Amino acid sequence: MIQVESADQFLKQVSGSVAEGERIRLCIQCGSCSGVCPFGLWMEFPPQAIIASLRAGELKPLLDTDSIWLCVSCYACTNVCPAKIPLTPGLLSSVKAEKLMKSSVPTELQDALVNARKYGNTVGESPRKRADWTADFTVEVPILAKTKKPVDVLWYVGDYPSYHARVQQVTRATAKIFKALGVSFGILGPEEQSDGDVFHLAGERGLFELLASKNAKTFEKYEFKEIVTTDPHAYNTFKHEYPKLGYHFPVRHYAQFLHAHLNRLRSLMKNKLEARVAYHDPCGLGRANDNHIYQEPREIIEAIPGAELVEMGHNRTTSICCGGGGGGMWLDGFAWEKAGTRTSEWRILEAVAAGAQILAVACPYETPRFDDAVKSTNHAKDIVVKDIAELVADALQG
Amino acid sequence: MNIAVPIKFVPDLVEEMEIDSSTGKLDRTFMRLVPNELDEHALEQALILKERHGGTVAVITLDTGDVDEALFTAVAKGADRAIKIAGEGYAEGVTSHACADLLAEALKDGSFDLILAGTQAVDDLDGSVGALLAAKLGIPYVGYATKVVEAGGKVVATKEYPGGLLAEIEVSTPAVIGIQAAEKPPRYVVTSLVMDAMKKAKIDEAEGAAAGLEGAAEITGMRPPEAGKGAEMIDGDANAVAEKLVGILKEKGVL
Ligand code: SF4
Ligand code: SF4
Repeated sequence: MIQVESADQFLKQVSGSVAEGERIRLCIQCGSCSGVCPFGLWMEFPPQAIIASLRAGELKPLLDTDSIWLCVSCYACTNVCPAKIPLTPGLLSSVKAEKLMKSSVPTELQDALVNARKYGNTVGESPRKRADWTADFTVEVPILAKTKKPVDVLWYVGDYPSYHARVQQVTRATAKIFKALGVSFGILGPEEQSDGDVFHLAGERGLFELLASKNAKTFEKYEFKEIVTTDPHAYNTFKHEYPKLGYHFPVRHYAQFLHAHLNRLRSLMKNKLEARVAYHDPCGLGRANDNHIYQEPREIIEAIPGAELVEMGHNRTTSICCGGGGGGMWLDGFAWEKAGTRTSEWRILEAVAAGAQILAVACPYETPRFDDAVKSTNHAKDIVVKDIAELVADALQG
Repeated sequence: MNIAVPIKFVPDLVEEMEIDSSTGKLDRTFMRLVPNELDEHALEQALILKERHGGTVAVITLDTGDVDEALFTAVAKGADRAIKIAGEGYAEGVTSHACADLLAEALKDGSFDLILAGTQAVDDLDGSVGALLAAKLGIPYVGYATKVVEAGGKVVATKEYPGGLLAEIEVSTPAVIGIQAAEKPPRYVVTSLVMDAMKKAKIDEAEGAAAGLEGAAEITGMRPPEAGKGAEMIDGDANAVAEKLVGILKEKGVL
C-alpha cells in the first residue's frame, strides 16, 4: 500500500478496499451514520463528514485530526446507511490505515499492536503462558500439540480469555460446560495467536494477515471437525475474513454451539438462578457482516431455570458497543480525554433501567469493561455482569 | 548529517528471568532478546533529525542472536542501512568495554557525523558504552540527552541533570550523544512495511573480533532481589486484597 496523496486517490482506495466499496459514490449525505454513531458527537469527521470532505477534494484536514480513533468499529453506521455503503470495514478502517501509515496512532493502541506482532497476543504476555489458566483446574483441558489426537472441537480460546484474570473465569466455565456435555475438544495453548479481527478493523491489515497466516498454519496441523470460539471477534474474522485469504475453517461461536446442545443442557441445568437478566448483543455477533446471532444467546438464557429475560432499549441491531471494538479496547484513555464518556456506562444504566439484576454478555472484552462500568456508575448493589457461559456453568448440577 | 545508531539487544522481561544454577548466570534457554528501549529512543531521535535536516541513518548491532527482525523494523521506520557485526562469543553477551571496542572498530572510518546511542541498557545499567566509544574514537560525548538539535554543522544536546535541571550543550561533530528519551515516543511502523523491508532490504554483515573481557566488571554471582523488610505482601484473591488495602488506607488516614 502506498500513502495516498489526494482525496480522489483515497476514494479509489476505499472503493477497492472491500466488497461493495464503490457504493461510497451512492452516499446521499443523509447523516444517519453520524447520528447513530456513539462517538459521532465528538468526532471531527464522523462518516458522513468524511465523505463530504473527500468529495470536496479535501484530504489533509481529515488526516490531520486523530478523532478517527474514537471509532470502535461497531457497525452501527453501516447498519443504518440507506445506500448500503460498507462504512466500517471500508471507509473507516481505510482512514485508520492512512493514519497508521503516517505512524499517527495513540500510544495505548500502539502498545497493543506491537505486543500482537511480537508475542501473538495484545496483552504483552509470554506466549508460553497462554495455557496457564489450565493449571490447577478441575477440568482436564487437552492441548493438541501434546495429545496429537483428533477432536470434534478445536476451541479457539483467544487473548483475554487466556490471560485476563476476570475473563479466565469465563474460560473455565466454558471448559466445565464442554466437560458436562462430553464434548471432544482441544486447545492450541502456546501455539494460538491473536485472531487479528480488531487489527483488521483498526487499519493494520498487514498485522491481521500475519496473524491469520500463523493461525491458519496451526489449524492445518490438527484434525478437528469445527472451530468453536469464545470470542465474537474471532468468530467474525474466521468466518468472513480468513476465507478471503484462502483459509477456510468451519466455525461457530460458543453461543451457537451451546444452542445446538440446548436440549441436553436443559436436562443438565438444575440450579435455579431467580434473576432478571438483560443480554448485551456484541457487535461481532450482531451487526458485523450481518451475522445476526440474536436469538441463540437469548434462548440459552431463557433455558436457565429461574432466569427471566428482559430487554434493554437498545438491543439486537441497535445494541450499543461496549467500546472495546476496532482497537477501542486499548484506547480508553484517549476516548475519555476526547469524549469524557464511556459507552459501557450507558449500557449499565440501560440495563439497570430495564430492571435487570444481571447483565449477560458473550464477548471477552465485555466482562472487564462492564465490571468497571458497574463500579464507576455506582451500581454494584444493583447489577452484576456475567458471561452466558458462567450462567450456564452455574446452573449445571454438582 | 549521517547518523549511526548502535542498538543493544537485552533480555525481554516478558519471560521470567531464571538463573542457571550450574553457571550462576542468566538461563538463556527461553530468553527472547529485544532492542534496548533507550536505543529505540535513539533511533527515533535520529529519524526525527533526518526528517528535519536530511542525511542518513544507519543502525548497527552486534549479532547476539535474533537481531534481524528488529533491524528490518528499523529500516521500515526509515533507517537507510542496517549493519550487524558477527563474532565469537557474542551470543553469551558482550561486556560494555568489548562492545565499545567492536563498535569503535566498525565506526572509526569517520563516515558518521553523529552517533546516537541509548544512554544505558536495562540489563546492566552500566551506561558506559557511549562514553567509552567516544573516548576510543577521540570525539566528544554528551549523555542523558532528551533533545538533539542540528545547528550550523554542530549539534546542541539538551542534557538532563538530577533535580530537573536542564543544560544545553553545544558540541562539534562528529560526536556521540547518549539519549535518555527522544523528543517523542518511538513511532509505530505498520507490519506491511516491515514485511517489505524483510523482502527488499539487506543487512550488511561484518566480521568482528572475538569479544574480550578486559576492563569489564566480573560477575561473581546473581540472585533475585529479596523482599525488603518494611514491605507487607498481601496475598489472596482480588476481592480480599482490595478489602485489606482499603482497610490499611483507612487506618493510615488516606481515605
Ligand atoms: S448513512 Fe450512508 S448515505 Fe447517509 S450520509 Fe452516511 S454514508 Fe451517506
Ligand atoms: S463503526 Fe461505530 S463507532 Fe465507527 S463510525 Fe460507525 S458508528 Fe461510529
